[in-house]
Amino acid sequence: MDQILTLFYENREFIFLIIVSIFLGIEVISNVPAVLHTPLMSGANAIHGVVIIGSIIIMLEADPTNYFALILGFLAVVLGTLNVVGGFVVTNRMLEMFKKKDKK
Amino acid sequence: MTGLLGNSILEICYIAASITFILGLKMLSSPDKARKGNLYAAYGMGLAIVATILFKEEFSSEKTLNYVLIFAGLLVGTLIGTRMALKVKMTAMPQMVSFFNGMGGACAAVISLVEFDHLMHTGEFDLGLIIVIVLGLIIGSVSFSGSIIAYGKLEGKIGDKALPAGQILNIVLLLGILGLGAYVTVMDVPNEMFIYIILGLSLLYGILFVMPIGGADMPVVISLLNSFTGMAAAFGGFLYDNQAMLTGGILVGSAGTILTVLMCQAMNRSLTNVIIGSFGGGGAAAGGDKEQGTVKEVTATDAAILLAYASKVSVVPGYGLAVAQAQHTVHSLEKALEEKGIDFTYAIHPVAGRMPGHMNVLLAEADVPYPKLLEMEDANDQMANTDVVLVIGANDVVNPAAENDPSSPIYGMPIIDVLSAKNIIVMKRSMGKGYAGIENELFFHDKNRMLFGDAKDSLESLISEVKNL
Repeated sequence: MDQILTLFYENREFIFLIIVSIFLGIEVISNVPAVLHTPLMSGANAIHGVVIIGSIIIMLEADPTNYFALILGFLAVVLGTLNVVGGFVVTNRMLEMFKKKDKK
Repeated sequence: MTGLLGNSILEICYIAASITFILGLKMLSSPDKARKGNLYAAYGMGLAIVATILFKEEFSSEKTLNYVLIFAGLLVGTLIGTRMALKVKMTAMPQMVSFFNGMGGACAAVISLVEFDHLMHTGEFDLGLIIVIVLGLIIGSVSFSGSIIAYGKLEGKIGDKALPAGQILNIVLLLGILGLGAYVTVMDVPNEMFIYIILGLSLLYGILFVMPIGGADMPVVISLLNSFTGMAAAFGGFLYDNQAMLTGGILVGSAGTILTVLMCQAMNRSLTNVIIGSFGGGGAAAGGDKEQGTVKEVTATDAAILLAYASKVSVVPGYGLAVAQAQHTVHSLEKALEEKGIDFTYAIHPVAGRMPGHMNVLLAEADVPYPKLLEMEDANDQMANTDVVLVIGANDVVNPAAENDPSSPIYGMPIIDVLSAKNIIVMKRSMGKGYAGIENELFFHDKNRMLFGDAKDSLESLISEVKNL
């Protein structure tokens, strides 16, 4: 019990941030018209690619002789980059089409 | 550069990145700002990545290999990712999103593996850290294998397969994974083997979870897996005390969940129904063969005459239009009819195509002006004044069974009310069933005429006939 309470107390700011972010996410999304659902899903998909930061931190902290961490870390960087770059480029391609309409 | 200055710059960059993520998502809600919003979020991401590389750790020469590998990884990922994203056809967008989502999930799972290994070496078994690592591993792996299965199904490489008693197996599997995860967190000295068992079972769960779900529900599943990956990223944020990962992950987690719910609402189904009901698999058995009546066919010439003498025409596009790559052709028909002073609009069902908004993206690609795309409610309001409704490659979204046949698997789904219009022309390849695998009594209705053939060819002959009139 004490362990759980300590865990809660030590992370209270994180928990606060999480709760606010959850509501923020809901609030931001609820105004999106159905036409933009696909680009939105794709854009959100690119944003969770932020997980790549974690893979970079692994690589920065890894001991240069720890090949397990280096190989998996490299793999994680590639996967994360695919998510980020692919996600943003695909979203941009979809939205480019909407852009053309507005100029007319 | 580290120390106070470096750390401060790093944190400022993370705050800036978090702001761009929020703004980006917000701007995605209006068509004219959406593209800018996406770019802002991309710049924010780039900033966070560069700042992490520069300021997180002091550069030391013995770690040259680490830095080389980071840049190599970034380069490889960028090249492959850009190439795939630029090559993919607009109709294949949903599976592309699913694929990239799977990559993010895999990234989170791999991070958990490395961090757990690190923990085993340092021997600092902090309860919070282990919980976060295990949860990140489970969610990341489920998201990865699930997304890849969803990708395969939408590509048509994997069919619907449901194991007997699959739901019970899934629940047992899920409980087993959670139980093992809980066990690992309370062990005094965690056993590394358990982590790999959890990894294997989670991957299996992702496969079994998505496998029985029918194609019509796939967008909902992708959206759900998208929010899963968001959560996995957020656990990574916990792990590294990293606010950018945390806010980005949680934002996507909550936004993705809401988007999933919105999609379910558009189909008038609950999320549990989608996950447990396995729509596509069981659908074919329901709604037996009723007395069907006769189908009236129409030639392109007669259809063209009907169109040319109408004053208001509405098109209900479906996935068939996308498959036939006919979005440009339908735009030409729109122009040909508008020259004759005919009011021409598109009635877009929320789940037309394979994803909410997918049809809008496809039509936008063909330069169809944004105001011409009516959402379902507006389209239905105008339906009574519409002379001709042209249903192109759509089926389930105009099936009256959704309104009047409680035994139908799509009963309760809102549909486009084409029966209120004066005439209906359904353009279809054949009398085949729609995605839900059920008959459509609309085809046998008095007001309806069928124009069989490939959507693109039929539209082209319609255009030339209209121009000849």
